[in-house]
Formats: sequence, C-alpha cells, structure tokens
Amino acid sequence: MWRDIVLVAGKDLRVEWRSRVTFSQVVPFAGLVLVLFGFALDANRPVLERATSGLFWITIMFVTTLAVQRSTSIETTDGARRALLLAGIEPMAVFAGKAAAVAVQLLAVELVLIGGIVVLYGAEIDAPLLVVATCLAATVGIAAAGTLLGALVAGVRARETVLPILLLPVLAPVLIGATRAFDDALGSVAVDGWAWLAMLAGFGVINLVLGALSYGVLLEET
Amino acid sequence: MTTPVRSEAPAHTGSTTTRLLGVAVIVGLVALVLLGFFGAPADDEQADAVRLIFVHVPSAFLTYAAFTVTAVGSVMWLWKRSLWWDLVAHGSAEIGVVFCSLTLFTGSVWGRPTWNTYWDWGDVRLVTTLILLLLMVGYLAVRSMGGDDSAVATRSAIVALIAAVNLPIVNRSVEWWFDRTLHQKSSLTDGNLEDLTLFTMLLGVVVWSLFYVWAMIHRFRVGWLERELRFGDLDVAIAQRRAEARASGDGGGR
Repeated sequence: MWRDIVLVAGKDLRVEWRSRVTFSQVVPFAGLVLVLFGFALDANRPVLERATSGLFWITIMFVTTLAVQRSTSIETTDGARRALLLAGIEPMAVFAGKAAAVAVQLLAVELVLIGGIVVLYGAEIDAPLLVVATCLAATVGIAAAGTLLGALVAGVRARETVLPILLLPVLAPVLIGATRAFDDALGSVAVDGWAWLAMLAGFGVINLVLGALSYGVLLEET
Repeated sequence: MTTPVRSEAPAHTGSTTTRLLGVAVIVGLVALVLLGFFGAPADDEQADAVRLIFVHVPSAFLTYAAFTVTAVGSVMWLWKRSLWWDLVAHGSAEIGVVFCSLTLFTGSVWGRPTWNTYWDWGDVRLVTTLILLLLMVGYLAVRSMGGDDSAVATRSAIVALIAAVNLPIVNRSVEWWFDRTLHQKSSLTDGNLEDLTLFTMLLGVVVWSLFYVWAMIHRFRVGWLERELRFGDLDVAIAQRRAEARASGDGGGR
C-alpha cells in the first residue's frame, strides 16, 4: 500500500518536474495574483498588512484549482486512467498518491508565496512554527478535497469551469481557519492561531477518509 | 416490416394524489395569506416585518429537509443502485435550491429593517446557508454535465455526500470565525411569539411541506419519463436498424 502511494506520487511529481508547469506557469501565476492584489488595494501598506493572510490563502485556492486540473488531466489523456486501474493498484493508494503529489506542489508554491508576502506586503513572521503547521494541515485538506473533486469531474466536458464551483465552497473552512492561524502567526490580529489547527486537521482527516472511500467507485464507474 | 410499438407513456405527470395535494396547497396558501396579512398581529419591535417569518421559516425548514432527502437519496443510490433513489435525490436538490434562494432572499429583506443591512457577515446561519446554496448549485452543475446515466448518478451522489459531510465544518468554522451571531434564536423555542403568529408560521411549514411533496411527485415523474424517452428512442433506433438490415438481406437472422 505505502509502496503504491509512493509510486503514484512519484509518477505525478516526475511528470510535473519534466514538464516544469508548476515552476514555469503556476508559481508566476501565484506571484502575479499577489501583485494584482497590491494594485487592487491601492498599494495601501496598512490595508495590505491587515489582509495579507486572506490574500495568501485566496491565492493558494486559485493555485489549487490549477494544480488539481493538471493532476486530473495527467490521467485523462491517452487513457492513462484505465491503465492505472489495470495496473492493479488499490484505488485508495492512487487517491493518496495523487493527493500527496498535489500537496507537495502546493507546499512548494506556499514556500515561494511566503517570500512574496514578506517582500511585497511587508509581512513579519512572528511564529514560524505556526506558519509551518498551518501550511501542512491546510494543504493536506486542500489536496484531499481537490483530488477527490478533480477525479469526479475528470473526463466530462466543461470540467475546467465546474471544478472551481465545486471545490471553492468546500474549501471555505480551510480559507477561514488558515487565514485566522496566519493572522496569529503574522501578528496582524490577536487570535489563538493554534486553536484553528484542530479544525484544519479535522477537515483534512474527514476529506482524506471521504476520498479514500469513494475514489474507487469514481475511478471504476465514471 | 413492423415498426416497434412504444409502451404507452402517460401524457402528463398528474394523478388523483397530486390533484388533491395541489388543491390542499392552494387552500393552505389562501389561508396563509389571510392569516399572515390580516390575522396575525404586528410585532412590537419588528412591526410588519415579522410577517416575513411566515415565508422565511418554512422555506429554511424545507431547504434543510430537501437537502437531507438529497443526501439520503445519494447514499441509497450508492448502496442499492436504484434509479428511483437517484431521481429522488435529483428532484429534491432542485426544489431545495429554490427554497434555499427564497430563504436567503426573505432573510435579506427582513434583515434590512431589523438589522439595518441586507447582509451581515457576522451571522453564522446566513453564511452557512449561502455556502449550502453554492454547494447545491455545484451539485446541479455536475448533474447537467451529461454522460452515462449511471455515471452522472454516482458523480452527483458523491458531490452530495461531500456537501453533507463538509457543511457542519463550514457551520462550525463560521461560528468560530465570529464567535457571535446576529441571528435570532429559533423562533419556535424562544417563546416570544404570539399564539396566532406561531400558528400561522406552523401553517406555513405545513403548506410548504405539502407543496414540496406535490413538486417532488411531479419532478420524479418528469425525470422518469425523460429516461423512458431516452431509452425508448434507443430501442426504436436499434429496431429500425435491424429491420433495415433484414430488408436488405444481409443482416437477417443475426
């Protein structure tokens, strides 16, 4: 099981590494969104500092839709989905592997974006450990829900537009929780950021279980 | 050469039961309008705005009831693979979206004179209900993407389950986010309502519920007929191709 997860995750990450889509397109896109938020908020430093956490996680939500669409399209082209089924790998392992690959890519983007908010928005990281824990907990939930919904719209027309409609409302708790935790870590609002981690972890676990249970049905029947 | 005869499909979705339900809904609505506008007294604090609860509370009740039916229908589809349950889930979601929109609309109209704003981000139930509407609009979007009936049913059933499982987390996160709510406590339990106001509100719930059952029966039958039509057309097309093959003499007997 673990070997299969690593195999699937390794496959997706290798495809990404060779195509360089994450680094040549997704990371610049994320940076561009940060700059555009700066324009939209009139480069008003106090407003930007106050809104940094929310803007950071909104950007990650946008990036997630791109990452999930990429992850899904790897399997839909050339009938790779069928091949994956025929390979005899447990659907649960396929789900976990694909979610892990999306999570690694998101974490890489988050790392770059943290540099972005420090430079562009003047954010000061008061609690680095809370930042790391929030990124890890939120990313697990985002990757799990994203991978499940990505598989759900795979192979149907108009999936590019349907995926955000499905995914973004589901990710609302992550946006709220991660933003609050970052508010604490960046010292912009006096809240207990650690208290939000439990909610983020709960969201992650629930969506991991949901994905592991239903991914097989989706893979075989849709 | 004979053209296959399609089984006789009903020309409409009505029946004695739906007609009786329809009459009950109309009578109930007339009673609700009369009681709502002329019978129930204006509130000391909210004045005439209180009359909106005769629509708002029943709509909110039916929203959650309808989406619960969708979630149950989705689980049953995944378990039993019965078309019946898929049609129930689909029909209930469509009607639920209408009730949910009505809940948000009447809530906003009521909020303007009462809270002095159409929308307040500090209200947990308001925000949760909006997220629920967005989730169910996504559900209907998945249903409209087309494809094999069974695949559409499975896909949408999983979307409904994701929505049902995540909704309590949305609610809890919004609650923690603000740690306060403007929304008044349950109108039924706070004990401040006049007897006639309470009666009118409960009448609203009964009338809306009857309307839901009436609309569900019709929607279910429409969904059933749609599928009959699709499969019926396919049967006719296959029979015609076979007949053509027999007539040309190269496909007979196969």
